[in-house]
Amino acid sequence: MEKRYETVFILTPVLSEEQAKEAAKGFVQFLKQQKAKVLHEEVWGLRKLAYPIQKKSTGFYFLIEFSSDSPTIVKDLETAFKRDERVLRYLTVLMDKYHIEYAEKRKAKLKSSSPATASKKKRTTKKVKEEDVE
Amino acid sequence: MSTDSEIRYLNPLNIEVKERKKKFCWFTKNGIKYIDYKDPDFLLRFVNEQGKILPRRITGTSLKYQKRLAKAIKRARHLALLPFTTDLLK
Repeated sequence: MEKRYETVFILTPVLSEEQAKEAAKGFVQFLKQQKAKVLHEEVWGLRKLAYPIQKKSTGFYFLIEFSSDSPTIVKDLETAFKRDERVLRYLTVLMDKYHIEYAEKRKAKLKSSSPATASKKKRTTKKVKEEDVE
Repeated sequence: MSTDSEIRYLNPLNIEVKERKKKFCWFTKNGIKYIDYKDPDFLLRFVNEQGKILPRRITGTSLKYQKRLAKAIKRARHLALLPFTTDLLK
């Protein structure tokens, strides 16, 4: 059965914004290669960390929501995170039905908060999300 | 001799019984089923000044949601959205 996951990861602030987005894109690409469906992407941008990690006090936050029926997908993704030195932290969570419900609501809210792009439909959602956060 | 076994006081006892406000579970009351770990500002309500998770006896949260709340707070801590320890968080 296909399961839905949500992953949040933090990249080092050493990177420029462009480089960070490039790195995040790399992980999305990786997921697609593993035949996972990427449902949603979110860029939170540079945020202050609540405590220093690897002596860094800020980090680029990214969120990816995906679904896959592969039993090893999370393991594969996390080894990719581990191998990458640019990743400070990551967390992958299996979504239950309440979580999915909440995530859908959250997405709808994000969409409606940018009225200019709200008229466009599903195909452009990914781009819309990136604009939202900026 | 009086057979009255009742204890008598010189002054009539007048113990005030304060009616405490009944605690309630915020999540059950508001019909919230999922607690988001990505929202640190909200989780701050269930944490003390040092960033510790407040016990059920203080917040009144039901057991079911206390467990989920604790999980959410711990996830938030892992992602550096909430501190593990600090002073004067609020």
